[in-house]
Amino acid sequence: MDIDSIKKEFPIFDNKIQNNDLVYLDSANSSQKPRVVIDRIYDFYSKEFSNVGRSVHYLAVAATNLYENTRTSVQKYINAKDKNEIVFTKGATEAINLVANTFGQKYLEEGDEVLLTELEHHSNYVPWHFLRNSKKIKIEFAEINEAGEVTIEAIKNKITNKTKIISVTHLSNVTGAILPIKEIVELAHSKNIPVLVDGCQGAPHLKLDMQELDCDFYAISGHKMYGPTGIGVLYAKKKWLDDLPPYQGGGGMINEVKKTGISYGELPNKYEAGTMATAQVIAFNESIKFMEKVGIENIEKHERELLDYGLDILRKNNSIKIVGNPKNKGGVISFTIEGVHPHDVATILDEDGVAIRAGHHCCQILHEKLKLPATARASFGIYNTKDDIDQLSQSIENCKKIFNI
Amino acid sequence: MDLKELYQEIILDHGKNPRNLRKTENFNKDAKGHNPLCGDNVHIYLKLNENKKVEDISFEGHGCAISMASASIMTDLVKGKEEAEVKEIVNDFLDMIKEKEELQNKILNEDEKTKLMCLSGVKQYPMRVKCATLSWHTLTSAINDFQKIVNTES
Repeated sequence: MDIDSIKKEFPIFDNKIQNNDLVYLDSANSSQKPRVVIDRIYDFYSKEFSNVGRSVHYLAVAATNLYENTRTSVQKYINAKDKNEIVFTKGATEAINLVANTFGQKYLEEGDEVLLTELEHHSNYVPWHFLRNSKKIKIEFAEINEAGEVTIEAIKNKITNKTKIISVTHLSNVTGAILPIKEIVELAHSKNIPVLVDGCQGAPHLKLDMQELDCDFYAISGHKMYGPTGIGVLYAKKKWLDDLPPYQGGGGMINEVKKTGISYGELPNKYEAGTMATAQVIAFNESIKFMEKVGIENIEKHERELLDYGLDILRKNNSIKIVGNPKNKGGVISFTIEGVHPHDVATILDEDGVAIRAGHHCCQILHEKLKLPATARASFGIYNTKDDIDQLSQSIENCKKIFNI
Repeated sequence: MDLKELYQEIILDHGKNPRNLRKTENFNKDAKGHNPLCGDNVHIYLKLNENKKVEDISFEGHGCAISMASASIMTDLVKGKEEAEVKEIVNDFLDMIKEKEELQNKILNEDEKTKLMCLSGVKQYPMRVKCATLSWHTLTSAINDFQKIVNTES
């Protein structure tokens, strides 16, 4: 695979960032965008724009078709059974909020338990916390082991007869641990417990097959998949989307509205109230096509190589501690440098054009458990090269020099 | 931009070996500060005597070199000053970090001013300004008994 030519498809790398070539190691936060995605937004707004699903004029019909084409592309990409199992949201956060809100409304009572893990991003904790306040449910956390992974046993340990839903990340944005989703789903289903998977880090880096995974819900973030911001996907089994109440009310999601009552629209309209992020949804189709063109197997292989190379180099550096050591790990390396706070690391690396993230990465529960107030994190995308990791390593040396380590 | 401006020797020294990093016994004023974006925390303890003079000031917390150095230098400089003077120093420092070239202050001597000016390097790093100002806002909260956790994001 020719990474140099793939990288050329991303215009951001044509620019100097503060006189440096950009070494972008923050893809777990958000990925850069290929030209096809950027151009699609421009073209749609310049030549084809109209709102979707409402008017009968030419542009409206064309735009509706384009919008629905993305739904079909996503369905195929993740191998969902039915096109109507794909709901567009403003992001993975909204997708999880949608499930927590509607499932919580219908199925959760005082004393019921929601099972999360200590690896969860705040977006897969806070929406459930709302229910802790409003419905007095309990939230349990499956614990991480020393490697920073959550095993099937850890999940098993926390399931009780009060567990009503399990909501877990596919791939930790801090330790990189890939969770055994299939086993978790099998175990949960054997006890009639539905499973939501936070696929923010899974979808951009792993092959997805909803029918094989068999999870009930899967939340996807568009902007981490080389797509635009403002677009996410909730995959949900049709039985749930038929069964759960609507999330937001407004135009587009209704069937009939009378003074005395309202009936709701069919899927997928039921969950897509108001004018959606039309241009972004349409451009997201290009992200899917881009990922299909590169091939998810190639993406996985390339990021695996980068991960091995990066771990190898950083492990040789005695001042560096890598957070977690999961057997099954995605392209994320969180680390600390002895004697240098991660924010200082990030500022010093930035001076060389190396963009990483520092902080708690929206995982305060995990950082508290690890007894680390903050970590530095380098995360990979398809455009990264071994040169990027060499530069990271060199800039880390500069940190140590400045701090006299 | 120049990293040497930001990470001057004195900053690195105070960052690594913060002065007054402890808890004042019998403190009579205190406040907490929090930066939710980076997770930095600071707790300032203050003991004002009957003449409203800072008899002791200390802090607990964790954060980057800039935030630790800033808290360390701040506690060093306000010790022994009167309450009104402390308020003036805080305001002048915050003005300096935000816009002004120089410290307008007449209370601090030249040495103290030089020390404080070392923190002016953060001006070139907008994302780091809050690291430098967190402890100062927290000191303001402690002195005025605001009884509210200082939050850099609200």
